[in-house]
Amino acid sequence: MKIVVCVKQVPDTKGGVKFKPDGTLDRGAMLAIMNPDDKAGLEAALKIKNENPGTEVTVVTMGLPKADDVLREALAMGADKAILVTDRVLGGADTWATSQTLAGAIRNLDYDLVITGRQAIDGDTAQVGPQISERLDLPLISYAEDIKIDGDYVIVKRQFEDRYHMLKVKMPCLITALAELGEGMYMTPGGIFDAYSDSADVTVWGRADLKDVSDDNLGLKGSPTQIAKASDRVAKGAGEKVTPDSPKEAVDYIVGKLAEKHVI
Amino acid sequence: MSLKVEECKGVFIFAQQVDNKVNNIAYELLGKAKDLASDLGQEVTAVLIGSDVKNLADSLAQYGADRVILVDDPELKEYRTEPYAHALASVIEQYKPEIMLIGATAIGRDLGPRVAARIHTGLTADCTQLDIGDFPLTPAPGQEQKKNQLLMTRPAFGGNTIATIACPNFRPQMATVRPGVMQKREPDKSAKANIEECKLDFTPNNKYAEILEVVKQVSNVADIAAAKILVSGGRGVGSPENFKILEDLAEAIGGTVSCSRAVVDSGWKPKEMQVGQTGKTVRPHVYFAIGISGAIQHVAGMEESDIIIAINKDESAPIFDVADYGVVGDLNQIVPELTKQIKEAMAAKA
Repeated sequence: MKIVVCVKQVPDTKGGVKFKPDGTLDRGAMLAIMNPDDKAGLEAALKIKNENPGTEVTVVTMGLPKADDVLREALAMGADKAILVTDRVLGGADTWATSQTLAGAIRNLDYDLVITGRQAIDGDTAQVGPQISERLDLPLISYAEDIKIDGDYVIVKRQFEDRYHMLKVKMPCLITALAELGEGMYMTPGGIFDAYSDSADVTVWGRADLKDVSDDNLGLKGSPTQIAKASDRVAKGAGEKVTPDSPKEAVDYIVGKLAEKHVI
Repeated sequence: MSLKVEECKGVFIFAQQVDNKVNNIAYELLGKAKDLASDLGQEVTAVLIGSDVKNLADSLAQYGADRVILVDDPELKEYRTEPYAHALASVIEQYKPEIMLIGATAIGRDLGPRVAARIHTGLTADCTQLDIGDFPLTPAPGQEQKKNQLLMTRPAFGGNTIATIACPNFRPQMATVRPGVMQKREPDKSAKANIEECKLDFTPNNKYAEILEVVKQVSNVADIAAAKILVSGGRGVGSPENFKILEDLAEAIGGTVSCSRAVVDSGWKPKEMQVGQTGKTVRPHVYFAIGISGAIQHVAGMEESDIIIAINKDESAPIFDVADYGVVGDLNQIVPELTKQIKEAMAAKA
């Protein structure tokens, strides 16, 4: 079978966040990692590959040229092919335009299964996977915690807040992966060597390679949502802070405040 | 095909129900929708989707729905992406709302993006604030400023940043909204729903998933989002056993115990008890932050609490930047004594 996994290079949120003057993210200025949920999705795909010989795993990313790094990482983990979709006209895309772009790339590929992470740690929207499924007219199963292949079908554990559903869907379909789906697949030294060798199968696509997508649906121009403003979070103001000499004094202070506010 | 901006009117909410029970988020959305509709001089419509759920319509009216659009079909018994997306997208195409709000739940975050893609409009995820205003906020010379737009504010980057988004050229303006953030109204118990039934065809196709099994995970953990008083512990509590002193305090003051992500990550407490960007958003009357350093992602989930009381031995802990009352000291000494005094105060009052 053939599996396409969408991955995203994201800024490591610990590294600080930078903006361009137009309010969009300045990704070039931040440290970058493979988005954790996407990595879990890739690991699930590689596990299916291990259990089903002949399976081919292709990773696709949309991003800046430096997103090549996460593709090499995916290859070193065991993916077979990698595609980088990069073009100036794709920049500033919201989830609508991003899903158009990725769907336009995936239309060029053969697939039984498309896997994306549930959400990326930068935007936290969880929208791109479901929107790709709509563009490709595929059944969608999001919040997947477990995937089993059963002939032409997949059986997926779909998590909700207070329950899960066991769902059966005929392939092709799209699944969004929870971090729990991860299987701890690691890069191997040989894998890393191969991933950076000339024989590594990394293809770069631009706007012209996207299939059945109009310009009106791409990049900042094709994004229905627009940023009105973006800023660092402003914490609410600090109140009082006391350093009492004894626990008794501390408790008197708290009890006094609770009484003053009619809590007790 | 997208809807024409000038044709669209009304504030709609998706009234999520599961097992024939309305989810709290529907009432929270109605509370916010009422404010937005009043700013726009429009009405609030709840979209109720399910099987045999007509009986739920009155409660939606009681919390502020001027009208309930009902899509009722046996195929809608359990939540499944495709029939629900078909139902909501069809209602939107037929009734043309100006604003469509959906809860940012495990259902809403599946349904919302699929529907937004189908009807060609933008969707802003996981909003914590919604206002009516002008876009752009400050137009460039010669640039048109559109009035009465939905301004959708949301945190991103694990709560490190906050962005306000608009969707000026497409309708409806769609947002998923974080549970626990918007306030529901006092219900008007006498209200009866004005119901419009919307009949649609639900012929299964390849996109209809087959549900093999529904497994409910019964939780014996109290719902922290509903608590009026939360006694929340962090890594500073030291051990799972030591949460006992927080439980005693919670019991004395009539509160519920919650915790930070560090506590869940250490396996001391279940995920349902976690407050923060990756846990639950809470806004209790009183929030005790005990042994919690106050990482941004935690603060994002509790800073709307009315009164925040922090106890931490590290005087430079960032939690003191948001606490109304901060006490630098040893929680192991302070908390048991606090429990004792609160018990005495309560007994004296009784």
